[in-house]
Amino acid sequence: MSDITFEIILDHYRNPRNYGELGDATVKVRDSNPLCGDVVEVYLKIGGDGRVEKATFKGRGCAISQAAASMLIESIQNKHVDEIVKLGKQDIFDMLGMEVGPARIKCALLALKALKTAVYGFLGKKMDEEELS
Amino acid sequence: MGRVSLLNVDEIRGDFPIFSRQVGGRPLIYLDSAATSQRPRQVVEAVRRYYEEYNSNVHRGVYSISVEATEEYERARRKISRFINAKSEREVVFVRGTTEALNLVAYAWALRKLRKGDKILLTEMEHHSNIVPWQLIAQHTGAEINYIPFNRYDGKLELDKLDRYKDFKILSFTYASNVLGTINDAKRLVKYAHENNALAVIDAAQAVPHMRVDVQEIGCDFLAFSGHKMLGPTGIGVLYGRRELLEEMQPFMGGGEMIREVHLSHSTWNEVPWKFEAGTPNVAGAIGLGAAVDYLERIGMERIREHEESLTKHALDEFEKIKGMRIYGPLEAGERAGLIAFNVADIHAHDLATLLDEDGICVRAGHHCAMPIHTKLETPATTRASFYLYNTHEEIERLTESIKKAAKKFKIT
Repeated sequence: MSDITFEIILDHYRNPRNYGELGDATVKVRDSNPLCGDVVEVYLKIGGDGRVEKATFKGRGCAISQAAASMLIESIQNKHVDEIVKLGKQDIFDMLGMEVGPARIKCALLALKALKTAVYGFLGKKMDEEELS
Repeated sequence: MGRVSLLNVDEIRGDFPIFSRQVGGRPLIYLDSAATSQRPRQVVEAVRRYYEEYNSNVHRGVYSISVEATEEYERARRKISRFINAKSEREVVFVRGTTEALNLVAYAWALRKLRKGDKILLTEMEHHSNIVPWQLIAQHTGAEINYIPFNRYDGKLELDKLDRYKDFKILSFTYASNVLGTINDAKRLVKYAHENNALAVIDAAQAVPHMRVDVQEIGCDFLAFSGHKMLGPTGIGVLYGRRELLEEMQPFMGGGEMIREVHLSHSTWNEVPWKFEAGTPNVAGAIGLGAAVDYLERIGMERIREHEESLTKHALDEFEKIKGMRIYGPLEAGERAGLIAFNVADIHAHDLATLLDEDGICVRAGHHCAMPIHTKLETPATTRASFYLYNTHEEIERLTESIKKAAKKFKIT
């Protein structure tokens, strides 16, 4: 991992964007990763057109899980739910600026898993676990 | 530097082929022996010899190599019996590990003896393997569980409050905590259990590999430990049980080997300890564990303990100088096992472990199968470095440097 990559991760870890609960959320999902004890809760306010009007998150845990959550939530503001369901692990790697190995992959993908579970909940569908593998 | 090792660590390391390998171009620094130790070639060789030279099932075989395998399997039992100073090898039951040993006591003793409202006494510093089996038994029987608290500042059990706990049937406690490092006063706890006519069970997974443990001196009823934490193979462990108790207990698992006679209507049991060893046992594992005991005895448990204490003191001294460092458990090396769980400022344990791994350093991060301890310490996870006879003072220095480097990266200044 390069120093600049780490600097950006550290910045999101210490200063998470869109952090906090969303009172009027259409849907919220909490997920945790028993390995690190990471927790991420995602709040989405979704408009009638299927666009995310506002997304926030709350959580605690390692820098990778919390930075990935901050970056991901920042990136989906005003996105359509159809775009969100297409997000995959490579998108998270691109945001983090690095590939995450098997030991820490669950940390990196925790927020994505919570987000997609929330969107699928909104759409009334069930997520296929394969999507995150 | 300038620290004199009490062991010839270079010579010891020469017996462990894994230390000649590199991780990411750096020599391997293995500081996770509390999870599982490395194994010397003497142990691997003993296992190889069994498989290649006299592999056969034990007991009842009439041919020569089966007799040989049985002799070696039972010889391992005698070695272990001497190692922990049991009265007889009949008090040594081979199991898969500490977890199975504790489950054996829970199911073969507690499940049959406990009634609704009976009390099981544990401590707040137990590994999940000394909590969950008792919770399962409590669900079955309606027994209650109480926990002796530990002080969150010094990591010691609050023994001054011990006499609050009365009328319990069994006290099960850890000899040495795998997170706090605290070495408990086993003799005192056993005495307290016996004064209350309760059984005393000890989880000695972090004790037997690292210090002289004498079951007769401690006076415990049961004591459990794992082979893989003491240079032995995985999948083999020991339940020591006082003979009278083992005799009166019913079996844990049923099957071959543990029976005397089987009829369609009923069966009768083999003698102890074989009554508790249903099915083909882990013969290779037991023989390997016997070789591990030989190895440890040749070095000497007192010297191993002194070496680990010296490494722990060194690490505690260095860690204290690191900004944001929080060490859990007693601060005196003499009062703790050779392991240190810690956190540095807001660096998550897994991030720290990942950064240390980049320097070839193996440490554990997480709750170490002891979530209640971490809940009490108000931290989801800790990083743990643990030491054994093959670790060096130079490795402690490399660890310290690597932690400092990580702290700098996280801008903790």
